[in-house]
Amino acid sequence: MPDTQALVNDFLNKLKKRKIEGSQATAKQTAELLRSVISQTRMPYTNQAAALIHSVKAVGERLIAANPVELAVGNVVRRVLHIVREEDLSLTTAAMAGLNLSAESDDEDDTDRDNHPALSAAAIAAASRSTLRPPSLQTLLEDVPDSAAVPHTSSSGGDSEGKSKSADKSSRSRKLKHDVIEAVNELIQDISTCHELIAEQAVEHIHQNEVILTLGSSRTVLEFLCAAKEKKRSFRVFVAEGAPRYQGHLLAKELVTRGLQTTLITDSAVFAMISRVNMVIVGAHAVMANGGVIAPVGLNMVALAAQKHAVPFVVLAGSHKLCPLYPHHPEVLLNELRSPSELLDFGEFSDCLDFGSGIGAPLLHVVNPTFDYVPPKLVSLFITDTGGHNPSYMYRLIADYYSADDLVLERRTTSGN
Amino acid sequence: MGAQKKGATARVSEDPEELARHPLQAILLADSFTTKFRPITLERPKVLLPLVNIPMINYTLAWLESAGVEEVFVFCCAHSKQVIDYLESSEWSSQPNFSVTTIESHNSISAGDALRLIYERNVIHGDFVLISGDTVSNMSLTQALQEHKDRRKKDANAIMTMVVKQSKPSPITQQSRLGTDELFMAINPVTKQLLYYEDKAEYSKGFISLDKTLIADNPSVILHNDKQDCYIDICSQEVLSLFTDNFDYQHLRRHFVKGLLVDDIMGYKIFTHEIHSSYAARIDNFRSYDTISKDIIQRWTYPFVPDVLCGSSAIKVERQGTYRASERCTIGSNVTIEGSYIWNNVTIEDGCQLRNAIVCDGVILKSGAVLQPGVILSFKVVVGQQFVVPAYSKVSLLQQPTQQDSDEELEYADSTSGTGELRSDKLNGDIAPDLSEIASELGTGGVGYIWKVFEGAYDEEWRHSVAPIPTDKLVKLMLDRDEDEELLTQDGNIISASGELKTDSDGNGSEDDDNEDSRDDYVSFEKEVEATFLRAVHENVKVDLAVLEVNALRLSYNMASVDCGGAIFYSMMKLAVESPHNSASELHRNAADIVTTWQKLLKSFLHDIDEEIEVILKFEEMCLESAKEFAALFPQILHLLYDKEILQEDAILRWADEKEGADESDKVFLKRSEKFIQWLREAEEEEEEEDE
Repeated sequence: MPDTQALVNDFLNKLKKRKIEGSQATAKQTAELLRSVISQTRMPYTNQAAALIHSVKAVGERLIAANPVELAVGNVVRRVLHIVREEDLSLTTAAMAGLNLSAESDDEDDTDRDNHPALSAAAIAAASRSTLRPPSLQTLLEDVPDSAAVPHTSSSGGDSEGKSKSADKSSRSRKLKHDVIEAVNELIQDISTCHELIAEQAVEHIHQNEVILTLGSSRTVLEFLCAAKEKKRSFRVFVAEGAPRYQGHLLAKELVTRGLQTTLITDSAVFAMISRVNMVIVGAHAVMANGGVIAPVGLNMVALAAQKHAVPFVVLAGSHKLCPLYPHHPEVLLNELRSPSELLDFGEFSDCLDFGSGIGAPLLHVVNPTFDYVPPKLVSLFITDTGGHNPSYMYRLIADYYSADDLVLERRTTSGN
Repeated sequence: MGAQKKGATARVSEDPEELARHPLQAILLADSFTTKFRPITLERPKVLLPLVNIPMINYTLAWLESAGVEEVFVFCCAHSKQVIDYLESSEWSSQPNFSVTTIESHNSISAGDALRLIYERNVIHGDFVLISGDTVSNMSLTQALQEHKDRRKKDANAIMTMVVKQSKPSPITQQSRLGTDELFMAINPVTKQLLYYEDKAEYSKGFISLDKTLIADNPSVILHNDKQDCYIDICSQEVLSLFTDNFDYQHLRRHFVKGLLVDDIMGYKIFTHEIHSSYAARIDNFRSYDTISKDIIQRWTYPFVPDVLCGSSAIKVERQGTYRASERCTIGSNVTIEGSYIWNNVTIEDGCQLRNAIVCDGVILKSGAVLQPGVILSFKVVVGQQFVVPAYSKVSLLQQPTQQDSDEELEYADSTSGTGELRSDKLNGDIAPDLSEIASELGTGGVGYIWKVFEGAYDEEWRHSVAPIPTDKLVKLMLDRDEDEELLTQDGNIISASGELKTDSDGNGSEDDDNEDSRDDYVSFEKEVEATFLRAVHENVKVDLAVLEVNALRLSYNMASVDCGGAIFYSMMKLAVESPHNSASELHRNAADIVTTWQKLLKSFLHDIDEEIEVILKFEEMCLESAKEFAALFPQILHLLYDKEILQEDAILRWADEKEGADESDKVFLKRSEKFIQWLREAEEEEEEEDE
């Protein structure tokens, strides 16, 4: 599959060079890439799910390594893995049901299973046990050969049977692949419509004549506010500029063109203004499993100010930002230090960065972190595309979206082999 | 973070437009053609030296790739094999939409040669980026490229855009940060055209001279000393053909840029593009190696920082921006390491002290060894027990190349960089038997040669070293500069009509120093001219070519053509004296021969009377000092020059008039040639009479 290989390399490059920014764009592109990886994966006769998982993981690991800071990549990879497992499970269950059915009723001649002599009860029990067990990676790797062997041993040779069985296999494998791709398409759809889904809930949260504060710029927040505006809510927005990238300026500009009353303030004025604010609405870079938020730098300060004045602190996050890891996890690279040139002009300060004189190290050191961590106790509410949730509820959402086996992708190489 | 997406979409929309034209190409010179990184570069090419654990060339390539360059030609010369092998095994050979092609050459000794070779290959089809493999940047090329293209559309002569960066208001920063000399540029603030470029400006001279037409032609000129040259150029194809046309262009800046600026026949123009927030710098010497390493660690070059470039591997940024990498180094106890660069596989035994040193791969420091500031230890050197390596010394397993020119700028002329590789191979074989012999140089058990530092060069050593500038030097530097503070930025309109920009530095001693310095300059210039002339004589170089070469020398030393005339005449006469002769008449004949053969050369630098008078004065001086043999022949030679129409009678007469009022001692030669002058005067009168 040289085609996907090139795609993967290209995407890896972009991730590495930090050419793709923003969780949504990254998540969407990751999902699309994985979709093409899945469609290009050659399906073996046995153990298709494992093959799919293997190829997705192989690509996923590299993607995550390319930009460990962008957690959305890992999230999407895990989501896709989860999809594969789910689809496999539902197919196997369906097959099992069919198997049981065919074993019981001799009426149907057209299915191939009908030709088989009745399976031994033990074989059926083993197969069903293996499929009904929670689908962990270990069981998939170890037991699937078993369960695949079950029908094989049971089929009593014969060319016609073999052929028909392989035809069934291939149709089943096509089915699996097809289902998985369908589900990934849905995921892509979800990612691209998450803004609208979140924005739909805006009227329930923003009320007439309220004052909303936000920091920096987030597309989700923009859509959210505009949706409320479209529903004839009239309210005012305070925008903290979000130093050092000053994306708040862009947001303010955009809000004004959409006809919203906007006030631009400096980040440091947040505490002074917070008493006039009814609600803080911000975007996030990622939401961790404990309900903590990794967000643009400066938000922790805003959250503390909001807590002090008992102002609700609402975080908008699409479900692709939901990360199954905890912030204390060693894999999680919480922050990225960007170039100090965003803070100050190199030319103007180059005399302060003089290594040649004095002790050989400059007295000036500029640190420019990208993200802040907002602990869960400071967050009042998460609004995701599935509705509003408490920080303490996050782990449940995560259980819906991810399989426990995929949480640590890299450990697979050691434990799996 | 929706707003961030804008960048991505903008890039996408530009791409098809870019692709419709030529793919953007770049020439990467993987050889600096200097010797500033010796002795390390004797064994490994400079571009493969690790810069914060990654070979330098990776930074350059990564930047080119992200800047949208699609095809890179890497020109390798010294250690070309190593560079090619590295590139082939690296990820760069398998990148989609980014091809790296190597061009190998063994006889190129300068950037000029390299570009001529690339021109011959005929691989460049449009605008290209010219960069050397030791440049680190994160600037976006899009805007600079667009400006360049727009200018090209309006004016086909705008062939090059130079990237400059503002740096420091402090006058010493250039020196202390990057270890390079002060750079003066005159830029037209409206069009951004570069009008003047001087990187070897001797600050102590206290003035620089600008051509007055420059001020006449441009409504305003800003003279900058606060710009840093990033050595990133966007060039049009013509640049390559210009190099081919002007075979004597060697150095990119000194010859090419200055040549274009002075040459007004072709009318080619160079423009500048200033970058503000992005980073760009070139590793020119050990000082800038140190500075840029630290800039990278402080993430000024983001996203080209090691943790991003290496991807997943060992390097991770830890708190306080420290990088930790597995280096397979062994470091004993009680070791003090300060501000040093320690490469792979280094063994440092107990109790060593290192201050501001560079320690290359495989070095072993025996217990108690001390490296004083600025020490460079090349590959596999062993320093003996308790041995103290003196400050600024360079230690290598290879012996110092013997005929090294103290002025390393001229190094490329004697082609040592091309043959360095061969020599190192040969020497490697020889080393084993010699071990006992060289051991003494680095203490007991030590292996390696300490390179000798040249007379005079020692003073300069601290300028380029990795070690911080010692405080006393810094204070001195500050004092020197303070006097000239006024020079920062002046509007062209204020500059006096003579085109000479004089500072009001009238410190008592500085005037003398100035003269001394310009004198030194003149002497070295004279020597160069003499060498050129002798070569021309011995190799039967055509007069035209000799004129060209002398002209080039004049430009690089920033001399007036008056000086050229004098210098050429001096070398001619010196040749006459040095060629064998028994009597005065034979000497006269020698001189006559030489003058006859080379009169055209001399004549081409004597455009007006003043210059001719200069020649006479020069001759007079010679007769008094260096070539006393000529003293007796003074009138004859004068006559000879008159006959050959090198000197006009006006010049001789004016000289005589000037000398009339001088001291008696100065009049010796005037008296001797009295007859001749008398004759001249009479001839003139006769002529006048005839006219009447």
